[in-house]
Amino acid sequence: MPRRMLAEFGMAVLWVAASLALLQFALGVAALRGHHADFARTIAPLAVAQAMLCGLAMLVLMGLFLRSDMSVLLVATNSHSAKPWLYKFAGTWGNHEGSMLLWVSILGVAGATVALFERALRADTKIATLTVQASIALGFYAFLLFASNPFARIAGVTEGQGLNPLLQDPGLAFHPPTLYIGYVGMSAAFSFAIGALITRDVTPNFARAMRPWILGAWIFLTIGITAGSYWAYYELGWGGWWFWDPVENASLMPWLAATALLHSVTVLATRDALRTWTIMLSCVAFSMSMVGTFLVRSGILTSVHSFAVDPKRGIFILTLLAIYVCGALVLFALRVGTISEGKRFEPVSREGVLVINNLLLSVILVVVMVGTLYPLALEAFTGQKISVGAPFFNTTTGPLALALIGFMAVGPLLRWRHDEGKVLMRRLAFPLAAAAVALIAVLCFAGAAALLPVMGLAVAAGVAVASVAPMWKRNLARTPLFTWGMVIAHLGCAVSITGMAADSAFTQESLVPMKVGDTRSVGAFRVTFEDVAQVPGPNYDALQATLRAETSNGDSWLFKPALHRFSTPAMVTNEAAIRTFWNGQLYVVLGDERPGNVWVVRMWWKPFVMLIWAGGIMIAGGGFLSLIGRVRRSAQGRKAKGQAVS
Amino acid sequence: MKRSWVFWLPVVVTIALFATFLVALVSPSDRTIVSQLVGQPLPTFEAPAAMPDQAGTNSRDYADGKPRLLNVFASWCGPCVAEIPVLLQLQAMGVEINGVAVHDKPDDLARFLAENGNPYARVGLDKGGRAQMAFGSSGVPETFIIDGKGRVLGQHIGVMTEADIPGIVAQLKGQ
Repeated sequence: MPRRMLAEFGMAVLWVAASLALLQFALGVAALRGHHADFARTIAPLAVAQAMLCGLAMLVLMGLFLRSDMSVLLVATNSHSAKPWLYKFAGTWGNHEGSMLLWVSILGVAGATVALFERALRADTKIATLTVQASIALGFYAFLLFASNPFARIAGVTEGQGLNPLLQDPGLAFHPPTLYIGYVGMSAAFSFAIGALITRDVTPNFARAMRPWILGAWIFLTIGITAGSYWAYYELGWGGWWFWDPVENASLMPWLAATALLHSVTVLATRDALRTWTIMLSCVAFSMSMVGTFLVRSGILTSVHSFAVDPKRGIFILTLLAIYVCGALVLFALRVGTISEGKRFEPVSREGVLVINNLLLSVILVVVMVGTLYPLALEAFTGQKISVGAPFFNTTTGPLALALIGFMAVGPLLRWRHDEGKVLMRRLAFPLAAAAVALIAVLCFAGAAALLPVMGLAVAAGVAVASVAPMWKRNLARTPLFTWGMVIAHLGCAVSITGMAADSAFTQESLVPMKVGDTRSVGAFRVTFEDVAQVPGPNYDALQATLRAETSNGDSWLFKPALHRFSTPAMVTNEAAIRTFWNGQLYVVLGDERPGNVWVVRMWWKPFVMLIWAGGIMIAGGGFLSLIGRVRRSAQGRKAKGQAVS
Repeated sequence: MKRSWVFWLPVVVTIALFATFLVALVSPSDRTIVSQLVGQPLPTFEAPAAMPDQAGTNSRDYADGKPRLLNVFASWCGPCVAEIPVLLQLQAMGVEINGVAVHDKPDDLARFLAENGNPYARVGLDKGGRAQMAFGSSGVPETFIIDGKGRVLGQHIGVMTEADIPGIVAQLKGQ
């Protein structure tokens, strides 16, 4: 095939993939209606073929970006031949069309994985799941092919317009794919739930089949949010790690729903309770993912994530979402009567606490949603502009989150079915003592700090002890992996909360004008402004300052914060200099120049701030251990069954 | 009991939510940021000549009593090609247009003007993007409407179309 035809080839492949999705959907519907049992056998191979072709189209687009083929409109408007290759590569999804193609590709891979590896599910439910998956893919293929062609050509362009400098970060290579795997993974959970609704198969067995998918998606969402938070922390140069920006909230909402779902599906799998609620949550979690993506991408919210999209495309996607979400909810409302009520349970039991956990998570979700969408609705209907920020979110979700964390500590210490209050109090003695000691220590040493961070530190200490308590007197070698996973993830929550509380209670900030030779102090450091110089970068000019930070015992470190001036497109970004010490981070930002060679320098000493992301990684890691543990256990279960039959 | 209306609530909430999104989409909020430059004198800039037969331009060219346009463009910019016919039309109507080519090379610029037509009275090169930075413009093309005293009357971000011509001419004449 001639190289000039690469874009046309990509387009053709995409059409074939879309046709296969249509076939998969149509044959799936026919098979489910009981016609032609043969059709059922074609669904899985079709899902695999569709995924491979869509992946191929994605590879073609990557190739066009890597070759800087400026005859392709998308490349010309989002790339530049002088860009480092990593950004050419990652630039493939640093734009609207490319990111949609990535979305569908991941969706295809998820479908293929279900088709190839899912064995625990009832056969008809599996077909229903793949059919629902195909219907989702179809909508997005239609969007790509009719409204958002990534392979469109343009004539007469020899150089591209470049990529938004804020996106020129190695993180762009990982952040979107990670979050997309998370979002699209939720689509698998959604397809399972709708599939089970269609075939009336809402059973513990179905829950066990669905659980690894929720777990997988949730792991990636956790990593995505953790990484996004760290990115904002070091790239934006504001020293904060969470801004309650609508875009951040859009990723937090699906995570909250997925976290609730993860725990309710466990109740369904273990105790056959919460059937209706689990199905409902699957729909909510996926809807939140889609609405999140839509809000962020459509330009309704302005941020580095919103690619220029005309309203027509926005309406196309909105219509698609409305069909999926409303369709699912209507099906749910119609079928809810056929889901038989699950088992009842005692309030003092593990499932009882998990229900409280679910309720708290749902309330936090609703609060975040109202805070995020209220300004949008107000402006849409009255034109009035308001912004809802940290004060609202911190005061509302803070106490709820603390309560949630408290119950998280209690849950694993309770037995399933029924437990005694008195016994529970005995098990809680150690964690409560730890929390009390931490509270006293903080009050003695820290003096005046805000209530919420102090409570946070105390609760974190208690939770840390409580979360390892399930391992007490256990044979660690024989403890199942998924129990390890739970312990590590819960411990990660305690670690993360410690970081958040320490950061908000004890951060020291210094915003000072400095000349070369000036010295200022922040935290335990004395910082001297040594130099500022022009440094050429690959596709920008940098103004780099050199500062030396010294401690009283004579150790010193150099900090080189910089301002990057990009040419295509013209933009200035701020590169913070951050150094990690065992007890915190020193964060230095170079600000504006004032007359007389004076520079505004902003410095923070942030004690234990790294724990926020370390905790996030632990949470995701714990999820990963659970996932391996669950998959292994079900494989062993199948093997044992196979032996029993033979 | 199971078939209660409660289960239809999510559908109602979702429809309300999506209706809100739809309204937000079709009546996008007013995000026009009025340029800080409007009403101000054009900032100091230097865009030296790129071609032997055409003068460059700098901030001192604009206080001679004649209102004119200052077009920020680049030969590597696709939309700028599309804008040239509109600029030529304005030129034919007697509007004087100066151009500042951002991050451009003399050869590329000469080829660009030879291929698409040259609507500019003066064209200068803005090599380091400093002039563009001084204008506070974020991309190309962008056009400033400037009065006879060298003050900025308006800023048009993005490609001008034929529909924009009457408004621009009115703004130039209105003074």
